[in-house]
Amino acid sequence: MKVEDMKLDGNAIGGLLSELFGTDVTDSMGVCASCGTMGPLATLDVYLRAPGVVGRCRTCGAVMLKIVRSPDRIWLDLRGTQSLQITAQ
Amino acid sequence: MAGAALLGRLTWLVAEVVDSVRETPRVRTLVLDADGWAGHRAGQHVDVRLTAEDGYQAERSYSIASAPGEPLEITIEELEDGEVSPYLVGEATDGDRFEIRGPIGGYFVWDGTGDAPVLLVAGGSGVVPLASMIRHRASIGSRTPTRLLYSSRTYEDVIYRAELEQPADGLEVFHTLTRSQPPGWTGYSRRVDQEMLGEVAWPAADGTRVFICGSTRFVDAAADGLVAMGYPALSIRTERFGATG
Repeated sequence: MKVEDMKLDGNAIGGLLSELFGTDVTDSMGVCASCGTMGPLATLDVYLRAPGVVGRCRTCGAVMLKIVRSPDRIWLDLRGTQSLQITAQ
Repeated sequence: MAGAALLGRLTWLVAEVVDSVRETPRVRTLVLDADGWAGHRAGQHVDVRLTAEDGYQAERSYSIASAPGEPLEITIEELEDGEVSPYLVGEATDGDRFEIRGPIGGYFVWDGTGDAPVLLVAGGSGVVPLASMIRHRASIGSRTPTRLLYSSRTYEDVIYRAELEQPADGLEVFHTLTRSQPPGWTGYSRRVDQEMLGEVAWPAADGTRVFICGSTRFVDAAADGLVAMGYPALSIRTERFGATG
């Protein structure tokens, strides 16, 4: 399978992100720390077939989030995300 | 359950299969009943988790097909070598139980608000969340002008075929069959391209809201085509599904 066919988007990790944030964040606006593009997390290029989940900026390809889970904990790496606006409930 | 609902936290629920519909040779709809299910919005999906006797678990996401307010239905396409879809499509019977969590997603949703025309573009089983929107549109009596451009491989692969043959007022359905066409076929007979989008889509100036769902290649092609027509990228919402089932 080609890498291009493995590309999903942020919708595919909506459940995992809800687990972490306690609310849906696929519609939340994230700013890429590399290029400054702002967009909903649903529009990230997402790859699930890695040791963890990798989300890349659709504009510049930089990694904006990484999530790795083990049986008892979840690592969330947001170094590549400058900011995230989550709608207050 | 009230506490869980207040926090909005996703919890795994036990869902029971209460009915099923064979849509195509490879696609089936399951009607599910889950205690604690809080309802959904059109376009959302659920995560399904199967647990083997040895504890091995497999999770997949499936779009919700039914309209909000209706019983929960998911439509599943069986993928070769899949871990979850062969069971859901070929084996699950009434009374079977597995875990689900949801509803999931706040981006690829249409609540039926606003008067802007809606363009829906589906590749294969990408039609499922769009069907939820179409059914929602009908159930709330919306008059929003709506067009569905739906690409399937063959006539037999068209999901919800009978329902789409009798669209509600203001809904126009355009089919394209990419692999083979039955005798007398009057729809399109090729992959979605710029010319087809130009014929089906409204001019970009109409404020149309666009929802595209399908494989990555399909979504990219359709979205790029609409952007080339002058559609603002922000007016186009997309959802890609993968090749694991």
